This record gives sequence, C-alpha cells and structure tokens, in this order.
Amino acid sequence: MTSTTGAVPRHGPAFGRYDGQGLLGPGLAAGYLALLVLIPIAAILWRSVSDGLDAFMMAVTSEQALAAIRLTLSLSFVVMVINLVMGTVLAWVLVRDDFPGKALVNAVIDLPFALPTVVAGLTLLTLYGPQSPFGLNLAYSQAGIALAMLFITLPFVVRAVQPVLAEIDREMEEAAASLGASGPTIVRRIVLPNLAPAMLTGAALGFARSIGEFGSVVLIAGNLPYRTELASVYIFGRVEANQPGAAAAVSVLLLLTSLLLLTAFDIVRRRISRHDEPVSA
Amino acid sequence: MNLATTRAGQALPERREVAAHPHAARLTLRAIGLGYLSVLLALPVLMVFLRTFEHGLEPVLAALQRPAFGSAFWLTLQITLIAVPVNTVFGIIAALAIVRRRFPGRSLLNAVIDLPFVLSPVIIGLSLVLVYGQTGWLGGALGDLGIQIIFAPPGMILATLFVSLPFVVREVIPVLREVGTDQEQAAYTLGASRWRTFWRVTLPSVRWGVIYGVILTTARSLGEFGAVAIVSGKISGRTETLTTHVEERFLAFDLVGAYTASIVLALMALAVLFSMTVIQAGRHDKGNH
Repeated sequence: MTSTTGAVPRHGPAFGRYDGQGLLGPGLAAGYLALLVLIPIAAILWRSVSDGLDAFMMAVTSEQALAAIRLTLSLSFVVMVINLVMGTVLAWVLVRDDFPGKALVNAVIDLPFALPTVVAGLTLLTLYGPQSPFGLNLAYSQAGIALAMLFITLPFVVRAVQPVLAEIDREMEEAAASLGASGPTIVRRIVLPNLAPAMLTGAALGFARSIGEFGSVVLIAGNLPYRTELASVYIFGRVEANQPGAAAAVSVLLLLTSLLLLTAFDIVRRRISRHDEPVSA
Repeated sequence: MNLATTRAGQALPERREVAAHPHAARLTLRAIGLGYLSVLLALPVLMVFLRTFEHGLEPVLAALQRPAFGSAFWLTLQITLIAVPVNTVFGIIAALAIVRRRFPGRSLLNAVIDLPFVLSPVIIGLSLVLVYGQTGWLGGALGDLGIQIIFAPPGMILATLFVSLPFVVREVIPVLREVGTDQEQAAYTLGASRWRTFWRVTLPSVRWGVIYGVILTTARSLGEFGAVAIVSGKISGRTETLTTHVEERFLAFDLVGAYTASIVLALMALAVLFSMTVIQAGRHDKGNH
C-alpha cells in the first residue's frame, strides 16, 4: 500500500517536471525533521553515556528507576487489557447497535484526544479525588493512575475496531447462525478472529501512549517513589534535580523497553492476521 | 441487500436481526459501553463544570482576571499561532515528498515522522534541553549570541512543534494517495506551471485532509503539557502556558483558579471536537472525493 498507490508515471514528455526526481521538497522535510527531531534524540542517546558507562549503569539500575519502569509497564499492560475488552464493546455498540444520541456518543469518544492531558487529570480528580461525591478517593493510588491512563487511551481500540467491524460481511455470521451456531460461538469463532488484528493495533497504540503518559497522571499519582511514581515522572524529577545524565539514561532504557514490547505485539498481530487469512478470504 | 456500505458512527440501515445478537445481549452490551463512558468521561467532565461554579460566578471572574492567567492565555495562543502554520506547511511538503517523490531514505523519513507519537513528552522536553539548553550542543553558542531558547518562549515553540509534528502529514498522505495524479497531469499538459498546479489543483483536492490535520495540530498545541513544562521552567507570568498554569494553581491549592483555566481549555477542546465532527461529516458527504 505504501508504494503502489502513490506511484507516479516516470515517463512521458508532458510530465517532464513531474517525474518524481525533484529533491527540494524531500530536502526541506528531511532538514526540518533532522533539526527538530533527530538531533535532539541523538543528544539523548549521547548524553546517556557521556558520563561514562558506569554512570549509565548506575542510573538504570537504581532501585527507584527500576520500580518506576516496572510500575509503568505493569499498569500500561493492565490498561491495555481493559481497553481491548471495553474498546471492542464500545465499537460494537457504535456499529451494530442503534439508539437515540448515538452520534453524540460517537463524537464524545474523541474527547480524550482533544482535551489537554492535565485537564483530564484534574477532571478525574474532581470525581475520584479527596472531594469525591461518592467518597471514592483514588488520588495517590495505582488505581488512580490506571484510571487516568484508561481515560487518555480510550479512543485507540474503539477507533481501530470500528471501521473493521463496519466492513465485516455479516453473511458469515448469518450463515453460522443458520447452521445452528450459538451467539457466543459466533462471536468467538467468527467476529473476534476478524477483529483481532485491529484490536491489537489499537491496543499497541494505547500501550505506547500509556508508557509515556505524563500530564494526566502527574496530579493524580502523587508520585510517591516506589509506589506511585511512573517512569515519565521519575525522568521529569531527574531533570528538575539537575541530573540530565541519569534522566537521559532512564529515557533510553524506557525507549528500548517499549520498542521491544511494541515489536513483540506487532509479531503477535502479524501471526494472528496470517492465521486469519483463510477465514476472511 | 448487504451491499449498502456502512461506516463507523452512522446509523445502520434496518436489517433482519441476526440470531447471534438477541435483544438481551444487545441491551447488556449497550449498558456496559455507555456506563463505562459515563463513569470515565462524561461524569468527570460535568463535575469539573459543577465544581468551577459551585461558589458562584465571582471567584471564576476573579481567576480570569489574574495577570498570570492572562499572560498564560496569550502565550498559549501565540505559541499555537506559530506552531500550527509551520507544521502545516511542513506537513504538506513532507506528505508530497513521501507520496509523490522517489528518493533514498523515503521510508526512513516516513517512519521518523511518527516518532513524536511514541515518545513521552517528558523525553521530548529533555531532548530539546540537551540540544538547546545552556550546556547543550547548540545552547552555548546560541547563548553567546544572546539567544535564549530553553526557559523562554522559543523553546516552548520548539517543544510544541515537536509534539504536534505528525498530524498534518498523517492526515494529508492518505488523501494524496486517493486523489492520484490525473488532474495534476492534465493541468501540466494544459501548460500550467508547477506553482499554479499546486495552488489550483493539488491543494484544493487535499483540503479536507489539511483542515482535519490543522484541527488536530491546534488541539495538541493548546494542550501540550509535559514537553512544555520541561523546556519552559514554568516561570509564572513569563513562561507559563494555560496547561502549566492549571498545574501551578492546583499545587497552590487555588482550586477555582485551576478549574477556571481547565474550563477555558475544555471549551477549546469542545470546539475542536465539534469541528472534527462537522468536518468528518462534510468529508464523507463529499463521497469519494
């Protein structure tokens, strides 16, 4: 898909200026990206080891840093599992169900993308903080952090599954039903296998987002070392404490870990999609 | 009868109910889905509005008149007004390069554009400090020239540009692929210049993608917190944006101040959401472009 549809005919006199050879645009784009993105990222890699390898090892083996990374990964994982279930349910409700106000519900799903993260955090605190009208205080707890992560990652699975579910040919389900399959069987054997790749794509995007999340969790988490301090908050703390070397080292560790996990998800997703081909063909 | 195409978010045409989804199951799923949305999204947002006005309008007006709020508001607007056009121009150039040009490193460029989506805002802020801070790669030299980037608005603009970089590119690329090059080639054969073709043919044909990308970029620029918090130093009245102002008020136990600034941001977010919905509808009603 990447290379086929965008292809431009390379010959024909009339398109002399249109042969895809001009390099001004690509040059500008690459230069801008290098200045804004690549050089700063290179600076992080360099800074993480510029105090020597010992300093790097000391920073990434610090108990507090490891606890923060462990907490980040485990909460992001729990959030991803909940998103897989709830995101798929919401997508199903939005595609297969019909009720008054559905268009509004559909629009509201995108709210977490539009609302600034720090406002999202404060918003959750009004209902689930010390002044909660239900007496449900999740401030300074891991459940509160998970809640904030659920809020900001809500749209990913819904928006990935929705179009796929809308495109699924329902004759397959009708055929299964007419052959006597029960509802749960149809969901398990026909609907879910078809949705699985999209579900995993959305889940992985949400997972990546949770791992780096900062704004929405910083007010709720309370940032107690070893208990409610996330990796991003820990890195922020190192920067504030004027330890850029340690901040860079932990950033590199966090980046490598999440890259590894995302690659693993992608392999699983590919395997599932391939396994699925005979079914959807 | 199953040929009618349906798309996400639209009421489905009346169909024979499949036995797999009896009424009870459907109502249960609807209740679970809507209940989850209310508890996670709707109720908290309503609660912020209630809390803001629980002591009447006066404290809110007082919070709006604080000089720190005013300067945060204007600084946020200024940063957004610079970041959005720059990333829009870059986004169109980059999308054209990726879709229409063949050059070495094209797929690398395509991959690098998504980096801001997977990097923590904190790491983005740190990376900019390491390059443009006083002891950074370029910061020292720039400082000698009297240019301060970090702890000043230029750094905040850079951070905003970084985090909102992918939106226009990602929205324009699929539209460019879809419209193809037929019309542009027709313009060329008729003797139109490159610029004229771009302005009269290419840009109008991708306008919905551009507009949608601009909206997403605007939302992200107004709402960025982590990266801006690191590079700005959060100096009240000087380098505070609306989002860092919310945090500052909250930590100073001025809840009304924090809620008021939050509401201003939330209203902007609702405006964004509204335009997204309207534009999505407009795009689809145009059919296949």
